[in-house]
Amino acid sequence: MPSLKDLKNRIESVKSTRKITKAMQMVAAAKLRRAQEAAEAGRPYAERMNAVLGGLAASVGGSDSAPKLLSGSGADQVHLLVVMTAERGLCGGFNSTIVRLARSRAQDLLAMGKTVKILTVGKKGREQLKRDLENHFVGHVDLSEVKRLGYSNAHDIAMDVLSRFDGGEFDVATIFYNRFQSVISQIPTAQQIIPAAFEETTESSTIYDYEPSEEGILEDLLPRGVATQIFAALLENGASEQGARMSAMDNATRNAGEMIDKLTIEYNRSRQAVITNELIEIISGAEAL
Amino acid sequence: MADTMQFDLVSPEKSLASAQVTEVQIPGAEGDLTAMPNHAPLITTLRPGILKTAGPEGAIEYVVTGGFAEISAAGTSVLAERAVPVSEMTQELLDEFVSEAVASRDNATAEALDALAKQAADIAAIGAYMGLSPKGA
Repeated sequence: MPSLKDLKNRIESVKSTRKITKAMQMVAAAKLRRAQEAAEAGRPYAERMNAVLGGLAASVGGSDSAPKLLSGSGADQVHLLVVMTAERGLCGGFNSTIVRLARSRAQDLLAMGKTVKILTVGKKGREQLKRDLENHFVGHVDLSEVKRLGYSNAHDIAMDVLSRFDGGEFDVATIFYNRFQSVISQIPTAQQIIPAAFEETTESSTIYDYEPSEEGILEDLLPRGVATQIFAALLENGASEQGARMSAMDNATRNAGEMIDKLTIEYNRSRQAVITNELIEIISGAEAL
Repeated sequence: MADTMQFDLVSPEKSLASAQVTEVQIPGAEGDLTAMPNHAPLITTLRPGILKTAGPEGAIEYVVTGGFAEISAAGTSVLAERAVPVSEMTQELLDEFVSEAVASRDNATAEALDALAKQAADIAAIGAYMGLSPKGA
């Protein structure tokens, strides 16, 4: 049976924990709004880019002159998995869900006899994958110093990936990230970026002139398309992270509140017990006289 | 014939402009071109340069560093990697563009060298147009 003082101390410590989680929740809420705005603002560019690339890919795709980024290197042996996670923890299952998806994909590929290479973005995913897949790591992108995600971050990652592709280091690249659905639900997603896969646009009614040639434009745009996809994924991931942290901290705050209530009842009970005890002692002492 | 057309300028991070305009002058990869309403559908890549729009709200100029433009009868959308209104262009920003371009030119392989050297020169030319002095190009 803990003493009254112990109980009081515990109540105090849970209270200060609740203050911290509450503050973190509010910070996450503010950051989430910013991240959502950023994701929203980036959407028109990505949509147009995909539409144009989709149209171009449909017209050039079949020919032999199609760029390698579109048609692939012809092999399916070496897979690059780009695993995007957060730099910080305390965001519920956010990092684990991405890692779980990436790990199961990696194990499937390994079971099929493929070679797997992993590029991690974000510290948390790296830490979690280290246990069983460390020898597949080929690189790491550290974004912990980045305050505000910009296109240049995505551009750098894309350049890294593209130079590896040009160097023949892999055949297929897939990015793993959490797609933002709502504050309580984020969907871990795997998206193939190389060779580029586009949704077929059915309403390609306009026939465009191209300057320079279709192939020339495609060659110029495909690397940008890769960067755009990575950027969109980073933004989605950013919003998801804050959403996940917000709901995790909301839960933590609520749990702390419940705990405080329970401890307070226990505290009051034991105080009452002490008083009752003392009364009994006094009364029985008086009766004994 | 319509007098104006829809003009959109978007960068990966945000949408910069969306307005009705009468004409857009675009620094295309193979030469400048001006798009007016009912232009034939065209997709062209951009070189670093000045993008000019004219419309009922007056003329606005933007510095773009590359990307592409999609022109159709109904409107023009420009997808620029980086775009800055000329009024907000500063010497520091220009220096940054120039040093980036020069760095990628200097790191380039032989076959890509021509294109990147041209890009660096184009960016330096923006400075000349605006009366800013590019360094180190």
